[in-house]
Amino acid sequence: MTHLTLNVNGSAQTLELEPDMPLLYALRNHLGLNGAKYGCGLGQCGACTVIVDDRPVFSCLTPCAGLDGKKVRTVESLGTAEHPGPLQQAFIDKQAAQCGYCIAGMLMRAQALLESNPHPDEETIREHMAGNLCRCGTHLRIIEAISLVAGQNGSAP
Amino acid sequence: MKGQFLRSKPLWISAAVVASLGAIGAVVLMWRPAIEPVERPRTFSSEQLQRGARVVEAGDCAVCHTRPGGQHLAGGLPLVTPFGTLYSTNITPDPQTGIGQWSLPAFERAMREGISRDGHFLYPAFPYVHYRRMTAEDIADAYAYLMSGPAVNSPPRENRMNFPMNIRPLVSFWNLLFLHAKPLTPMAQQSDAWNRGRYLVEGPGHCAGCHSPLNLIGAEKSGESLSGGVVDGWEAPSLLGTAHRANAWSNDQLVSYLRAEVVDGHGTAAGPMRPVSLGLAALPVGDAQAIAEYLLSLPANKAITETQDATANAGLSDQSTGALLFASACAGCHAAAAPMREIDGRPSLDRTSALQALHPRNFLKTVLEGIPATPGLPGPLMPPFAASLDNDQLAALATYLRRQARPDQPWTDLSATLEALRQETK
Amino acid sequence: MTGVKEVDHGRRAFLRGGALLVAFTLLPATRRAWADTEVDTLGTVVLAPDLPGSLRTNPWLDAWIRVGPEGITVYTGKVELGTGVKTALLQIAAERLEVSPTAINLLTADTALTPNEGYTAGSHSIFDSGTALFNAAAQVRELLLASAGRSWEIAPARLTTREGIIHGPTGQTMSYADAVKNVDLHLYAKAESPSVSATSFKVIGHSLQRLDIPAKVSGGAAFVQDIRLPGMLHARVIRPPRPGCTLETFDAQSIETLPGVVQVIRDGNYLAVVARDEWQAIKAMRSGYESARWTGGQAIPEAQDIHGLLETLPSRRYPISQEGTPRGTTDHSYRARVTKQYLMHGSIGPSCAVAWFKDGTLTVWTHTQGVYPLRAGIAEMVRLPPERVRCIHTEGSGCYGHNGADDAAADAALIAMQLPGTPVRVQWMREQENLWEPYSSAMVTEVQANLDAHARLQDWNYELWTTPHNERIVNAGRLLPARLLARPFVSAPSVPIAQPEGDGDRNAVPLYTLASKRINMNFVTEMPFRTSAMRSLGAHINIFAIEACLDELAASAGADPVALRLAHLTDPRARAVVEQVRDAVDWPQKSSEPGAGLGFAFARYKNIMGYCAIAVRLRVHPQTGEVQIDHVVTAVDVGQIVNPDGLRNQVEGGIVQSTSWTLYEKVAYDAGGIRSYDWSGYPILRFTQVPKKVDVHLLDQPGQPFLGAAEIVQGPMAAAIGNAVANATGRRWLNLPLTRSEQPS
Repeated sequence: MTHLTLNVNGSAQTLELEPDMPLLYALRNHLGLNGAKYGCGLGQCGACTVIVDDRPVFSCLTPCAGLDGKKVRTVESLGTAEHPGPLQQAFIDKQAAQCGYCIAGMLMRAQALLESNPHPDEETIREHMAGNLCRCGTHLRIIEAISLVAGQNGSAP
Repeated sequence: MKGQFLRSKPLWISAAVVASLGAIGAVVLMWRPAIEPVERPRTFSSEQLQRGARVVEAGDCAVCHTRPGGQHLAGGLPLVTPFGTLYSTNITPDPQTGIGQWSLPAFERAMREGISRDGHFLYPAFPYVHYRRMTAEDIADAYAYLMSGPAVNSPPRENRMNFPMNIRPLVSFWNLLFLHAKPLTPMAQQSDAWNRGRYLVEGPGHCAGCHSPLNLIGAEKSGESLSGGVVDGWEAPSLLGTAHRANAWSNDQLVSYLRAEVVDGHGTAAGPMRPVSLGLAALPVGDAQAIAEYLLSLPANKAITETQDATANAGLSDQSTGALLFASACAGCHAAAAPMREIDGRPSLDRTSALQALHPRNFLKTVLEGIPATPGLPGPLMPPFAASLDNDQLAALATYLRRQARPDQPWTDLSATLEALRQETK
Repeated sequence: MTGVKEVDHGRRAFLRGGALLVAFTLLPATRRAWADTEVDTLGTVVLAPDLPGSLRTNPWLDAWIRVGPEGITVYTGKVELGTGVKTALLQIAAERLEVSPTAINLLTADTALTPNEGYTAGSHSIFDSGTALFNAAAQVRELLLASAGRSWEIAPARLTTREGIIHGPTGQTMSYADAVKNVDLHLYAKAESPSVSATSFKVIGHSLQRLDIPAKVSGGAAFVQDIRLPGMLHARVIRPPRPGCTLETFDAQSIETLPGVVQVIRDGNYLAVVARDEWQAIKAMRSGYESARWTGGQAIPEAQDIHGLLETLPSRRYPISQEGTPRGTTDHSYRARVTKQYLMHGSIGPSCAVAWFKDGTLTVWTHTQGVYPLRAGIAEMVRLPPERVRCIHTEGSGCYGHNGADDAAADAALIAMQLPGTPVRVQWMREQENLWEPYSSAMVTEVQANLDAHARLQDWNYELWTTPHNERIVNAGRLLPARLLARPFVSAPSVPIAQPEGDGDRNAVPLYTLASKRINMNFVTEMPFRTSAMRSLGAHINIFAIEACLDELAASAGADPVALRLAHLTDPRARAVVEQVRDAVDWPQKSSEPGAGLGFAFARYKNIMGYCAIAVRLRVHPQTGEVQIDHVVTAVDVGQIVNPDGLRNQVEGGIVQSTSWTLYEKVAYDAGGIRSYDWSGYPILRFTQVPKKVDVHLLDQPGQPFLGAAEIVQGPMAAAIGNAVANATGRRWLNLPLTRSEQPS
């Protein structure tokens, strides 16, 4: 066991972890964060997607060691059920979920896109999101929710 | 030919050479006539179209002439060179934005001379130095196939070449120096398969375009064809002496590898070679066998000198760090009892070309970029780790795995290599 | 082709006014030829055959609704699988109780608390549970009004309700909580409920936002995977390379010494490791896979021979429908062999369960579709009386049928019994889900039909081969872990679900008017791979085959394919969805782009549930063969719509999922093993391949019975794709998945 400090959602946490622990398990089991999910553990499905220093990563394959000085953000950083952030609100407005298991990962991948490109067109959205899988077939609503925010991004000065 | 173009020495030397040839000769050299546009031809036999499909596959046309997310053969893929970026053209039969108005002679001239229908010079990123070796029938069949596809209206993107490379007529002087190859004559003492393989490698396959070192002005170095090159940061290894070097290739291994399979001792094609191997997998297996027979017959042109500073030994801490990183990020797929090892019998990492190679770049590039999925098809799939692992971690992992592959020859300068690779992709 | 075998028809299902009369034996050991419905379960008894929906089997009103000072609690034996059914049931109850949805606490299946409604499957949720609540809630409200009426000595007809308060004509008020004090809700429901006009609905028919989505977009604890209990340990299982293997050697001791490992379990061929931390459990599992050595194992067939193999394996031949007299061949005949490969449910989140054996009671939190049968199976497996086992449904990721959920629950139960007093969480790995979940059967169908001289469908012949589509938990032996134990349990014999619900033969009987039909199912009982139910069961391929045949016959006779369908449909609701789509796409206008195709399909799910017509516009690239779906237009009729947006969501999702199944999906295998151990070997549709545009037309039927929505599009979408591809290429592709199979030349 070793002590590792992770900066998660703006707050630094020092945790006693196995030195080879991937970020996903630290988030879920040591910080009690439910957002990032285990879907495959192989970097193939994206259910575990979080943002590290502005880039989306598969937390199932990202070692906690080496995240010193990096900022980790999970879906919990976007807002709460009572006070959802704009992207979460768009997903709620479009009812962009069926089983919902992939959705936290989708939100973080989308958030990373919107931060670097506030007005992506549909083709760009599809290309960017292609690394995340949805089995229920909610893709069209996810695209609509992201497009909604992409459109709104223009209206604010 | 991606990323191959002219390197660090100034072009002014070449310009001075040009000036000395005389103005009239220069003008004659730098001008080509336009060939009349034609009505798009539409009648081709299905046999010709099938042959043409094979030629176009063997020539890897779609690999450069299709951008990610773009329509098939409609162009727009950026080719980044040290002298600027150029974008592949639309070779669908669209009359305005593609080659829909090209006659067969115009197409053949482009393939053999690098001249567009309207007479402008094409950049040798388009490998006409190799395509000029193709038979007239193959070129005609390829033409038929390209003319039979859906026309896509997709205007070409403006190239962004730096001065003076943005002056196309100067390419004529490059051609003068380097455009010599003739169609291949089969060698009677070799088998049909060998000759077919030679044709595919030297002609449409244009392997030397990536697998050769280039000279100062981006041409393949004379006498060093196929002895290795670098493309987009990836090593395109030497194809000479493959049957006899350390970590040698067998015929079966090479055929499978060329067809995008995972091969013991070598792994699977990654980076820019992956689309090429997926294309070869779509061709009859006899073509890959022919290529393998030809390549395996090529002797090394010099002994590979393994000059290496072997004093840099990985410290114990690097080993345990590397082992921890492997357990954390890699073992799910690559551990001995992981499904792809147990069920598919894929090799352990130490038994791959990337980890056996003298230079770590292919291993590092594979880890950084992963191996993407082909939508709708099964196949090796590896996520990119560029954002999940930092350079120190990659170096430790590389050291750890290299020790398993070649304990006698650790990789050095990993940090510098990683810095350079990260810069290249910015 | 096998000869006709003796068939013991056993019990039959009778259709009565749209509801199914079912009768069961209580003895699980009795051999039955048919399961009456997909929701057929162990121990369900029909107590009140005249009551609507699940009131038949759960007639007491207080099984469904309790009113008290704490508020209103509504119980359903159905579960939320991600279809939005929880929200829809809430709407129904709120409507009929005349309270706001926020006033109700809705509890889903829990063997300690809720009615036994079998499985949440077969699109029966609104059909059965919704119908039960529609009636029970109204009857409870009626009883509360009667109670207030008695107190005030006013006729109940003069009372109204609003927001859980009963109002008298002169301003009196009484809360439901007070009114219930003089009512005993432990009362059988009645066959007739207070009538209501659909035009007055305030909640039903409105797109109430789903209750569960806010938590799912913000990291709330929404799934069984999110359960955390005090002192909970983490377990992982170690499976053999394939079914039938025997464990030869295994070094438990070296694993026991790994950090955090609490226990290593070995029982025959059953292996599991338990650790304090989840990551420690994973590493211990990896160690276990490395050390275990196995021998033997069931042979795996070669994939290219599978359809021929299915036609020769031991099977029982069931006549499905035999009517009319065949007239013989005509000028317009069509015959085809249609095949599909094994599919996997491919749940995004591999199966998971938590179990706790405490004070003599085993509690299991599980995403099973059926808590009651699971409880019975687990009780048998761990040798506890059923009343000492409690199964509580907690959402998992979408299961689309019988996936690994029940087996993971059994794993958790087995392990928890070894660690009394400690909660245990078992999470399957991706490859364990892919390799061990029950697949959807590979199938072969042969269709042969003809038109008479007036372009009327004349003779219809259909033969299909399939392995079972319903291997659900009727005994412990149906649980995979139970078969690995040193004293293994044996799986009960396979029994197909009877028509009209159907099994592999679901939707094998066309809704079209046919002069004669001969439809048979060859139910293959020896399974190369374990198979069970997946969304729409046999309907996926049966509708694909039927609709391909209709199009080919139309082409042969020079008739318009949509007109031909209309000529053979008498049900006005079927005609309505067909006409709606035909008009919406300007049938048969299609683009002149090379490779463009337009295809049409129609089906009524099981011929008794929801109606669906679909048109698909797509392009098949003439050079690459890539299929791009540009536009899908569908019209659906599911009776009274409860939640329009929820219905739309289900239909859109089903369209995307069916596209993936039909174009790309198959489990890859050969004698050396199953190659689809993760997503790299089982590619599903990605964002870049999803249809560009989907338009859903909802044909509401106010006041009509609820018909169910979850499975109405799978078959028609596949069929419309098949017809569009034929239209685009001029060739008929008959082998699924369409882009990865050899096709007839």
